[in-house]
Amino acid sequence: MLEIRNICKTFNAGTINEKVALSNVSITLNDGDFCTVIGGNGAGKSTIMNAVAGVWPIDSGMILVDGTDVSGLSEYQRAPFFGRVFQDPRTGTAGDMQIDENLALAARRGQRRTLRWGVTRKEQEKYKEYLKTLDLGLEDRLTAKVGLLSGGQRQALTLIMATMKKPKVLLLDEHTAALDPKTASKVLAATDRIVEENRLTTLMVTHNMRDAIQHGNRLIMMNEGKVALDISGEAKKKLTVEDLLHKFEEVTGGSFANDRMLLS
Amino acid sequence: MAAYFSSLNPIALWNAAPGGIAQGLIWGIMALGVYTTFRVLNFADMTVDGSFSLGGAVAVMLMLNGFNPSIVLFASLGAGLLAGLITGILHTKLGIPDILAGILTQISLYSINLNIMGKANQAVPINSVRVFFTSNIRYLGQTLALTLVVDVIIVSIIYWFLGTELGSSIRATGINPDMSRAQGIDTNKMKILALMLGNGLVALSGGILSEYQGFADVKMGQGSIVIGLAAVIIGEVLAEALVGKRLNFVMRLSFTIIGAIIYYMVYVFVLWLKFPADDMKLLTAIVVAAFLAVPYLKEKRVNSFSGLQKRNARLQAESLNNDKEAE
Repeated sequence: MLEIRNICKTFNAGTINEKVALSNVSITLNDGDFCTVIGGNGAGKSTIMNAVAGVWPIDSGMILVDGTDVSGLSEYQRAPFFGRVFQDPRTGTAGDMQIDENLALAARRGQRRTLRWGVTRKEQEKYKEYLKTLDLGLEDRLTAKVGLLSGGQRQALTLIMATMKKPKVLLLDEHTAALDPKTASKVLAATDRIVEENRLTTLMVTHNMRDAIQHGNRLIMMNEGKVALDISGEAKKKLTVEDLLHKFEEVTGGSFANDRMLLS
Repeated sequence: MAAYFSSLNPIALWNAAPGGIAQGLIWGIMALGVYTTFRVLNFADMTVDGSFSLGGAVAVMLMLNGFNPSIVLFASLGAGLLAGLITGILHTKLGIPDILAGILTQISLYSINLNIMGKANQAVPINSVRVFFTSNIRYLGQTLALTLVVDVIIVSIIYWFLGTELGSSIRATGINPDMSRAQGIDTNKMKILALMLGNGLVALSGGILSEYQGFADVKMGQGSIVIGLAAVIIGEVLAEALVGKRLNFVMRLSFTIIGAIIYYMVYVFVLWLKFPADDMKLLTAIVVAAFLAVPYLKEKRVNSFSGLQKRNARLQAESLNNDKEAE
């Protein structure tokens, strides 16, 4: 369970560039919830991801994972709780290391890094099984450098890395935004399958309204650092893109003009 | 001209070669330290100029105080670890940018080294200690064998260490710190560890060199970062040319040492050509700049605006000519 309680974050406080990114945001995800987050540019959807992951400390509020407050932990300290996939395919993997080395790093998330060998034979067999489920042929390229893979392959690999050690919460930050439509839908299908198989609690930021509607059991719309809309259950199932656009215009005061969202 | 060439003695070059190889093997350890910080951690560490002299100063002063010449080298190593720790703390805990953090440690080590030695240089007490790494022509074979063994051991240790869970985390930190933190790696700790390891090797190399040359000097490390880089880069260019795609990590490390040996062979050769020794640092800088520039210029040649302009101008001229001929 993920509980975000009244969190606030202001960037460049006290300067002319002051920007209130999150103001009193509260979201509670129950176990197994798959929540999509949409919003215009600067609405705070990526900011909420970074706040949860601990990229920087929040100004006030609490972030609880299964009842434990993690808001005082630094990014690497709270990493054991979260699996993360980023927008840029290069961010989630080490390009100059092999596929199996990347997986081995992820397999040790939350463990002490010792002087034992970095990747064992036994692990390699296990990784092959994992990679087979992606159906991208990566299982035959275990010792290839990740930098040689395509963007879609790298995102799929990052997804495996984020979930092979079952995280308390899976954080997906526009993880298909940099991919072409066909690859994006493949990665999303893999996401759905992995989330379902492991019953993962998931928070997925997207700028694609259709994806936000089609995936998950809950949808949150953000605007100006606040939760503007929170739909779940039957209401979410019935939602259409037109509904959402209409609602968006309502909360933003009719001046909704985000090209990126309209086009997709 | 003829007088100059007749003054060059081939036998002198032949005699100087083993010394060049020995120095290359010793500086190779230093280059491995630079490889660890510059290539593995992706951190241009300027500390090394100071930690190289530090290793020499510690070794010689301990020998003067009657310590065994092999034990003092461990002290050099330890002193280098500390120097790396300081740079690491300046960078990670106090937020000082990487190059500046290294320069600050380097400059403070200048004073520290003077304090350790009491003056600008100290000689190894040849009469009371028998050093293992000696430039004495009678024992040069032994020195060569010994440095080679030390190099092989160090390459093995680095290979093993960077293959462990901890070493993999250091490599990941150098390649992608964001990903590393997302996977629960304490990137600050990894940076400090790599800086310690790198400077430990550099100081060890400084300690061995002071035994080899018979003294330690506060300025012996000056410009050593450039020599280390030269070795790393010469090794890489050579490895790409000779091994190409089959290049593995052990070979990368070994070629760094080979790079250092080549550097010192060139050094010996240029001195033999009666080049003034004072100009060697200038020459080294030019070599490093050239090697760093080559990949960039190669890319530029294939991929440049001016090149495209010339090609298109030529095409236009040709089509103009063709039109005229048609008329």
